[in-house]
Amino acid sequence: MLKSTRNALLGAALVGLSFSGQAYAETTLNALFMAQAAYSEADVRAMTEAFTKANPDVKVNLEFVPYEGLHDKTVLAQGSGGGYDVVLFDVIWPAEYATNKVLVDVTDRITDEMKSGVLPGAWTTVEYDGKRYGMPWILDTKYLFYNKEILEKAGITAPPKTWDELAEQAKTIKDKGLLATPIAWSWSQAEAAICDYTTLVSAYGGKFIEGGKPAFTAGGGLDALNYMVSSYTSGITNPNSKEFLEEDVRKVFQNGEAAFALNWTYMYNLANDPKESKVAGKVGVVPAPGVAGKSEVSAVNGSMGLGITSTSQHPEEAWKYIVHMTSQPTQNAYAKLSLPIWASSYEDPNVTKGQEEMIAAAKLGLAAMYPRPTTPKYQELSTALQQAIQEALLGQTSAEDALKTAAENSGL
Amino acid sequence: MPGTWITTRAWLLMLPLLVVMIAVIGWPLVDTVRLSFTDAKLVGTAGGFVGLDNYAKMLGGSNFQRALITTTWFAVVSVAAEMVLGVLAALLLNQKFRGRTALRALMILPWALPTVVNATLWRLIYNPEYGALNAALTQLGIIDSYRSWLGEPGLALAALIVADCWKNFPLVALIALAALQAVPRDITAAALVDGAGPFNRFRYVIMPYLAGPLLVALVLRTIEAFKVFDIIWVMTRGGPANSTRTLSILVYQEAFSFQRAGSGASLALIVTLLVTILAVAYAALLRKAAGAQ
Repeated sequence: MLKSTRNALLGAALVGLSFSGQAYAETTLNALFMAQAAYSEADVRAMTEAFTKANPDVKVNLEFVPYEGLHDKTVLAQGSGGGYDVVLFDVIWPAEYATNKVLVDVTDRITDEMKSGVLPGAWTTVEYDGKRYGMPWILDTKYLFYNKEILEKAGITAPPKTWDELAEQAKTIKDKGLLATPIAWSWSQAEAAICDYTTLVSAYGGKFIEGGKPAFTAGGGLDALNYMVSSYTSGITNPNSKEFLEEDVRKVFQNGEAAFALNWTYMYNLANDPKESKVAGKVGVVPAPGVAGKSEVSAVNGSMGLGITSTSQHPEEAWKYIVHMTSQPTQNAYAKLSLPIWASSYEDPNVTKGQEEMIAAAKLGLAAMYPRPTTPKYQELSTALQQAIQEALLGQTSAEDALKTAAENSGL
Repeated sequence: MPGTWITTRAWLLMLPLLVVMIAVIGWPLVDTVRLSFTDAKLVGTAGGFVGLDNYAKMLGGSNFQRALITTTWFAVVSVAAEMVLGVLAALLLNQKFRGRTALRALMILPWALPTVVNATLWRLIYNPEYGALNAALTQLGIIDSYRSWLGEPGLALAALIVADCWKNFPLVALIALAALQAVPRDITAAALVDGAGPFNRFRYVIMPYLAGPLLVALVLRTIEAFKVFDIIWVMTRGGPANSTRTLSILVYQEAFSFQRAGSGASLALIVTLLVTILAVAYAALLRKAAGAQ
């Protein structure tokens, strides 16, 4: 009996010793990020390492999921009592996350320095009902990328300024036999399709919701879908677009199989990387076009933010981590993958060097960012619209009927 | 009464398992039933009692009817194909030839792969721009231009069925092979001597041994196919234009994407009920088959 007690004590002492070596790591944060576009997994790890070096008492566990799984994973963790302290969220979710108390309100944590330094448009990413639920982290919109070499061969001197011009130029390229299907989009039955659609809705001056009711069945909303359908049926759009996500678009563009592609910032430097791409050095980028008499350029707000979950036991450390991730030095260091949220960075030669064309497009595009509808019912609305886009593209129904059905199924 | 003591002891021995089963299966099921009569959200509100509203809404909606048809198509075609392929593969692997052992081991591979890996592999094969399938069929002259396998409503479901078959027919083959090994050699030899042809040998000599195990495989595969989720979620997410949206995907969207836990629960229970009906029907078949032997 005595012997066994002594052994137990010895064992306990040994266990205690083995833990004391890391006793200063008092807090562990769990953070959920996405595994695609913008910052790569390796970059997020590197940024995080810089944080834990400066704050040795905090450990950060990182988890990466594809964008398509980000929303549901966040919500599921919340439904089962938590699990993450910091989550990456898309611009379309604050309404729902705020209503369902997934994220905490951080309005009072935001300093004056942040308020004045961050681009005004970036704040819409984290706002709902006058409150802020995190910090913008990835500032992004879709741009029109083009293959300079193909345009040159077709005798086109300048990239399109309007969507109609884009269709004309694509037709020229097709007719000259340079490419069978010059335009690539991400129209898979996913959020990606809604981003392309929203870009067009903003160009045609459409509205998603008016007075709490769907307003996309006529006007700009209808024009936008009609444009997609005619681009698809006239053969200037790669027909596989209806199963493409952004990464598929990037691969097609990088293989020189698309003259035009709509995509996020991240494609610029990847498509210009000779190790990655066959079209390195020939990549042009401009803001997505406008519509004569309605808009100069068009853009969707595809930004994302970092927020603290309401189930987090360590909101102070979580906020510290978010401040580090969104700080100007961190953002500037990784500006090749995602443009900074800080206004003064755009004048910093270290940031602009080698991507002047991207910065020039961003100045116009980011200023024109159009939000997707802010409603707690967003997921339902988006799912209904995705179905409408696909049905219209496949010719199962007219654009008008497809949008009417979407309005009925939108939950609004 | 030694009998009762044995029974009591048997129950006592099973008690820990029963407690665990009630905790992990029984209680969630009861809670799901409770949820299905409320308008609870996944997070936030607890929701109030709404009676049969959820059921009426789900059963009456066109989404449910369409998903039911899609699921039935998927299950019937994929299970039928898996049964036929499985039996053929088992008959082949039951022959004596060199490399048989290696081939048997290889055949288990698709079934051993995680579904997500399998789905990702097939997505690469079906890729419209640089997928192996387009390349192969074009080179063989079967198609003259690249097809968008997962982008056409009719094709996408067929493409998913092929991917699902590839993964699951080995299970049927394994079960059938085990049954074939049990067929006594002297009976097959006698049938040969009596001059029975290959079809008759299969029908009257081998089939009685296969019927029971194959029914088990059929039950397992049908239930699984009816609940199919992961392979579709990874490959098409229910698209194009919802043509591959099965019941499980509908449940997932309702409960998790739209966060309507109440109607999601009611939909899940409807699916559970359908699967149970299938299982009971099969069990009756099994008993009949066992009685016939």
